Order: sequence, then structure tokens, then C-alpha cells
Amino acid sequence: MDNSINLSDDTLSKIDEVVPKYPEKRSAALMVIHLVQDELGAVDDASCEWIARRLELQPINIKELITFYPMLREKPWGRKHVRVCRTLPCALRGSYGTCKTFEEKLGIKEGHVSEDGEYSLEFMECLADCGQGPVVIVDEKTYENIDGKTAEKFADLLIDGKLDESEDFHSYEDSLTQETKN
Amino acid sequence: MSVSTPKERRIILKHADDPNYSNRIGCYLREGGYENLKKAFSMQPGEVGEEVLKSGVRGRGGAGFPAGMKWKFLDRKSGKPIYLICNADESEPGTFKDRQIMYKDPHQLIEGMMITAFAIGAKQAFIYIRAEFHEGARILERAISEAKKAGFCGNNILDSEYSCDLVVHRGAGAYICGEETGLIESLEGKRPNPRIKPPYFPAVLGLYQCPTIVNNVETLCNVRHIIGMGGEEFSKIGKPNNTGTRIWCVSGQVMKPGYYEFECGSLTLGQLIFDVCGGLRPGRSLKAVIPGGSSAKVLRADERFSGTLKDGTEFDWGLEDIPLDFDGPMAAGSMSGSGGIIVMDDTVDIVEAMANVNAFYAHESCGQCTPCREGSLWMRKISQRMCSGGAREEDADLLLSVAKQIEGRTICAFGEAAAWPTQSFVTKFKEDFIRKATDSPKERDPKSLQLI
Repeated sequence: MDNSINLSDDTLSKIDEVVPKYPEKRSAALMVIHLVQDELGAVDDASCEWIARRLELQPINIKELITFYPMLREKPWGRKHVRVCRTLPCALRGSYGTCKTFEEKLGIKEGHVSEDGEYSLEFMECLADCGQGPVVIVDEKTYENIDGKTAEKFADLLIDGKLDESEDFHSYEDSLTQETKN
Repeated sequence: MSVSTPKERRIILKHADDPNYSNRIGCYLREGGYENLKKAFSMQPGEVGEEVLKSGVRGRGGAGFPAGMKWKFLDRKSGKPIYLICNADESEPGTFKDRQIMYKDPHQLIEGMMITAFAIGAKQAFIYIRAEFHEGARILERAISEAKKAGFCGNNILDSEYSCDLVVHRGAGAYICGEETGLIESLEGKRPNPRIKPPYFPAVLGLYQCPTIVNNVETLCNVRHIIGMGGEEFSKIGKPNNTGTRIWCVSGQVMKPGYYEFECGSLTLGQLIFDVCGGLRPGRSLKAVIPGGSSAKVLRADERFSGTLKDGTEFDWGLEDIPLDFDGPMAAGSMSGSGGIIVMDDTVDIVEAMANVNAFYAHESCGQCTPCREGSLWMRKISQRMCSGGAREEDADLLLSVAKQIEGRTICAFGEAAAWPTQSFVTKFKEDFIRKATDSPKERDPKSLQLI
């Protein structure tokens, strides 16, 4: 297989696995884009062309997806990507303040990546965890009730690289894992 | 009012928060999991469908259409393969129930889906899950592989002739993929521009132009319980035309927001807010409630709702008296939608709340229909201007005029979803909109949170 965009063998084998799951190859487009983006951080023109060839499509068939779906990227986010929910239920619990705190602490405006590429911040639409807002997602982990002073503490731990070991913040996903042990 | 608030009745979420229960197949089997699949496979597919019809279960995704009826519409004469899709896009602001099911009890969904697939004769089934549920997709993948190993899914299910593969498909952050024809386009690898009905009713011309059933996560889980207890028994839960339980997702300004499962119609909106959710913060009073996800029309705390219900009984309710089922919020001129109840207290700047919702719909419009693409954008711009010191008295009417030009003029129901918030906020809180224009700008009340 043509590997002109330098994907790892792991990603290539995952792509080979996912495509035949669908009755038509084109249906696999989003899943293949996700796999490419997970590894490369973004899907540039060369990647678009590669995916199109892999699925026997035209590059525009992939490009039009990248430019439509909010989570697909032509340029990568930072190494740590922070999402704060903007929509009404979270806003009613202080998410505008949360976003501002992150902007100040990380030194970037929402929608942007820091100069060193370390952090990026996105003030985005509903993340479907409205009961425990403001909701913040760091990479793939969801944190709840991150408002006011809590947001400041959270941002400090994130910057110090100590979020994972913190006793004060457990993600929605990690609270499940603990239940699984039983 | 608090005299007779009923207890939760957890059917769908029975095990969700049990510390001794995990999302692995062992726990599910220990609690009688997949027994109902076996029961369904001892029946004829048509009989399974009849039970679901008899149960009266209505779709939990938002529209509340009877699921058994939806299945009846399937075009079986075409000879084309039939597909089943679970709509797990859960993207209506205020809704977070499907998340609890998929993360905490995924096998329940798989069992419900395999029973449904068997009943409709599906060749293949998909779970379309929103991409923000990273771990949710992994949990489902793992659960499916556990189910496959045990013979509950995939090839020759329960050693029968019937096979049906189940594939987890991730979206990529677009709200419109929750609309079933948009979802189908997305699953075909295209931009999720919804299709026009007629002719593109999924039950006739769905995925790959084949007959397709799209059901919500909670609906499909209900199928499992319907087969377990029988359609007749299920129909006794709740109220006529409002059968089963519903998971109400309460967010916003209450003391104990969260998800609560009750028999349909067993409690009122007031009981849910003031008893179950512990009421409002000290010193606050209720200003408004959006009862069914952000696209549902807002209800004003001091509104009266009167009229005649379908069964002929007359009603005269305050907001707190509205029964929580499908028909109650509908009779009050709104809808129970996906069960997302957003509560606002008297510190809320109502124009900002509307501006927040308008920003959501402007961002999420797919852009296919001009009235929606342009209208939602202008509603956002006007309401944002109003909140940044540029409000004019005529803006209320201008907003209403834009909203009116969207409603009913679009391919899918997104047009209504975008128009209804503006129409209801402006009509019901007109004085707040006028005040924005007439009162000179002043310091924000420190208690009032910024919403836009």
C-alpha cells in the first residue's frame, strides 16, 4: 500500500480493518479520517489525496468533510487540547468564566494554539454532559464542574503537568474505570 | 406540592450507578442480560414487532413517534437489504442520558439492537456515536466484541441462521448528524445535508437508498425490556399514549442537576425541579424553563397554560403543574423533546440566554437551505449586538420576522429548532427585550452570569 504520508503500521492496519466493515468504501471516510488525524494531528492536502485513493474517491470528497465537520482539522491543535463547553446549560453554570480563566492561564485566545504548540483552547458547542457543567475536555478526558476558582486550580495543574496525578480532579472516564474493578 | 412526589423508577438506568456493576459482559449476564434476546429468538420476527407496537413505546430521540409504527413503515417489498442504525449522536443541548447508558451499561443497548435487528430483518446494524464520546466508542467496541464471542451478535446469533454485524461509527462534531437523514448521509461518507421527505423516508429510502430504521439509544434499550415483560405489561408503565419511563436530564440553575428516570407522567415539572432536584439556590426564584432540549420553546415561570387534552379533559396549569410525559409539555405549547430540561433562575439575562442558543444554531446549521443558513446567522448577529450595548426597540420584532421566515421553509426540522427559541423567548419576555434597548447600559449584576 502506498504510504506516502508516513502512517505507522498500527494506523495502516486499523484502516485496513475498518474499511471492509462497510458495504460501501465511501462510508468509511470519517473513520479513516479520524485514524489519520489521530496520528498526524490534522489532515492536510497530501493526506486528503491519500485517503481519497485508499477509498477510491476524489480528493474533494474528503476535503469537503474536513471543511464541514467541526472536529476535523487541516492544521493540528496543540499537544494538549482543551475544550470548554459554551452552550447554554454550561454557560448557566459559569462556562464563559471558565474559558476566560483558561485563556489567561494558557496565554492564548480560544480557537488558537500557543506559539510553542504546547496548548490549544476551543470554546465549543454542547458536549452532552450538561448536568455537571461547566464541562472541560482535555484531549479525550472529560472533567465536570470546572468553574470559578476550581477552573484556576485545574488550569494550574494542567500547566504543571500534574492533572493526571491530582486527587482533586477525576475525569468522567476514570470514575468508570474504578467501578469496573469490582 | 411535595406531598406525593414519586420515587424514581429505574428500568433503563437500573444498574448504571451501582458500584458493584461495570460495563463488562460478566455483570450484564449476572443480571439476566441477553435472556430477552433468547426470548425474542424463540418468537417470529413479526411477533417481536407486534409486542413493540403493543407497548406503545414512543421514540426517545426528540420527536416522540411510536417506535412500533416506525418499524411498520419498513418497505419489505423492495427486496433490498434492510439496515438498522442507532442514533447515538446525543447532541441536543441539555441532553445527557444516552451517555450514561453507553458508558455504564452498553450491553443493554447491544441486546436491544440485536432484538430490533432480528425483528426488522436487518442485514447490518450501526451505532452512530458522536465523536466527543471517545471512550464511549471504545467501550461499545469492547462490548460488541464480548457479545460476538458469546454469540449474541455477529454471525449465527444464538446458533440460529440469523447473522447481523454491528459497527460503531464515529461522527465528527456536527449537531445536524442527529437528524436522521443527515445522519444517513454522514454514514454514507458525505456531508450530512438532510434529505427531503418525501420521498426520502428512511424506512423506504434510507442508507444506500435501502429501507432503514433509525432509533435513539434509549428507545432501543426499551425494546429489550418490552420483550422481557411483554408489550402489554410495558404499556401499563406510565400513562396511556405515554408509556414506559423517561430519563429527564436536568441542567442549569438547580441545586441537584442530573439524570432522573421516572414513569412517564408520574410527576410534574414542579416536583422535578423543587423536590427531586432540590430547588433553586437560596434567595433565587424561577424565571424560565426549557423543557425538552434547547430547541424546545421556553416556558415562563408565571405563565398559565390552559386548554383541552386529547382525551377531552380540560386543563389549567401553571408551569409547575405540567405533567412530565410526552403530551404535557406539548399541551403547554412546547415539547418534551429529548428530555433535556434547562432551568433558569431570576439572575438570568433572558436576552443573553437567547443569544447563547442562537449562537449554537448559527454554528450548527448545515447551510443547505438558505432561510436557515442566513436566518440563523442573522438571529445570532442581532442578538449578539443587543447584548453588546447596541439594542434597539425594534429588534424584538425584527428577530420575530427573521424566525418566521425560517420556520416551515427548510428541508429538515432544524429550521424549526432554530426558530422556536427566538420566537418563544421574544414573545414571552418582550419586556426584557425592550428594556435592553431603553435602559442605558449599566454594570452587570455580579450574580448574573455571562451567557454570550
